[in-house]
Amino acid sequence: MNADLAYADKMDSRLWLIQRITAVVLAVAVVVHLATIIVAVQGGLSAAEIVSRVGGSLGWAMFYGVFVVAAGLHAPIGLRTILREMTPLSPGATNGLMIAFGTVLMGFGFRAVLAFYEMGGG
Amino acid sequence: MKVSIWRGGKVGRFVAYEVPRLENQTVLDVVTYVQRKLDPSLSYRFSCRVGMCGSCAMTVNGKPRWTCRTHVSKVAVGGTLEIAPLGNLAVIKDLSVDMRVFFDKWAKAGGAFKGDKTRDDDFALIKPADKQRQNANAGIECIGCGVCYAGCDVVRWKPDYLGPAALNRAWTLVNDARDTQGPVRLQLIAGENGCLGCHSQQSCQEHCPKHLSPTASIAGLKRAVSVAALKGRL
Amino acid sequence: MTSHRSHPSYWAFVLHRVSGLVLAVFLPFHFSLLVQATEYAVGFDGFLKWSEQPMVKLAETGLIVLLALHLTGGVRLLALEFLAWRDWQKTLVAVCGGLSLAIGLLFLVNAV
Repeated sequence: MNADLAYADKMDSRLWLIQRITAVVLAVAVVVHLATIIVAVQGGLSAAEIVSRVGGSLGWAMFYGVFVVAAGLHAPIGLRTILREMTPLSPGATNGLMIAFGTVLMGFGFRAVLAFYEMGGG
Repeated sequence: MKVSIWRGGKVGRFVAYEVPRLENQTVLDVVTYVQRKLDPSLSYRFSCRVGMCGSCAMTVNGKPRWTCRTHVSKVAVGGTLEIAPLGNLAVIKDLSVDMRVFFDKWAKAGGAFKGDKTRDDDFALIKPADKQRQNANAGIECIGCGVCYAGCDVVRWKPDYLGPAALNRAWTLVNDARDTQGPVRLQLIAGENGCLGCHSQQSCQEHCPKHLSPTASIAGLKRAVSVAALKGRL
Repeated sequence: MTSHRSHPSYWAFVLHRVSGLVLAVFLPFHFSLLVQATEYAVGFDGFLKWSEQPMVKLAETGLIVLLALHLTGGVRLLALEFLAWRDWQKTLVAVCGGLSLAIGLLFLVNAV
């Protein structure tokens, strides 16, 4: 049975499902993110304020870690769909480009999460 | 009334005609008037004239419509009509398009019923209130006119996408308790050229003359594919 | 001339695609700024001061609205795809738009 479905179709289906699962995670994370922004922005932002809020907190580090993974998967999969529908790029080139994009996103994201965690002495 | 009608094939132009405005006039009446009284070389397709056969669909003032049951009074913007062949399909001549790709996709989506009973078996007993029966009911009145297909931007961007009508047909069969092709059909309609390519733009349901919702059918297929994928059956 | 695209569900699709595209492009800059914030705290405060300008605040509000639009539009899509089909999708489009603007306004009020 499994051999009937072309490899490309199988990958498409997996990516589609990952897109939905990460969407559910992001739906929760973005609500928390928006609430945090609106609360934190009152009285102005400073580097010290941000560090005192999230620095060294394992809870925040884990939250943002999950956030980065979900966004790092969700954004490239979404961009891939747009590129495939609206540009003449080949499927192979699109996939390569999006793997690179996702890697950069997650790399930057994890570096930021880790740096904030370590700044609080965690 | 001023009417512009597409003349030619893929390359062509709009030609203006003057058609008398009548009460209770349909767009198909207008096209027929042009063909009978003004230019007999105009090609177009129709059959039943009462909204059953699905052969007279055209693009009327930018939107795909069945022309036999579309009143001029409903669609004539500023008293003028622009009539073009259906979009997303190759134009043969004037208002006639090649529907082969459209119907080939029904076959590709596993649109053929296949049971395992013979004429010697009893009828399958299915309660009208049965959930699957109701799902099938919701999609089964499709007349195959191609309006949804012409209005779908996913088809426009990805010509291999199966399209709303074929997927709607697949969904009615997924819900047919007598059908034996369930797992095979899910393989056919998964993937980005199948139900997962749909972005719920809902132009199909917006324009379906039978007021069906292919988007809802496709959502049903997406759920079925998700369950199969999570259980490792895809 | 009308088009097959002129209806609310299609506009919702366009907003979802555009907001998603802008957010995806913005995300690498967002992350790299955060990395800089931890490495050069003094410089980052300078950047935060720069971001107090009205035009920058307006751009930030735009991003917040886009994020809210993508969030609410995405939840709408999940509902369409995974819940039993209902005929209130057009209401849902309006609710998503309204909610997103409200969140943007809330940010703007708190930011200035």
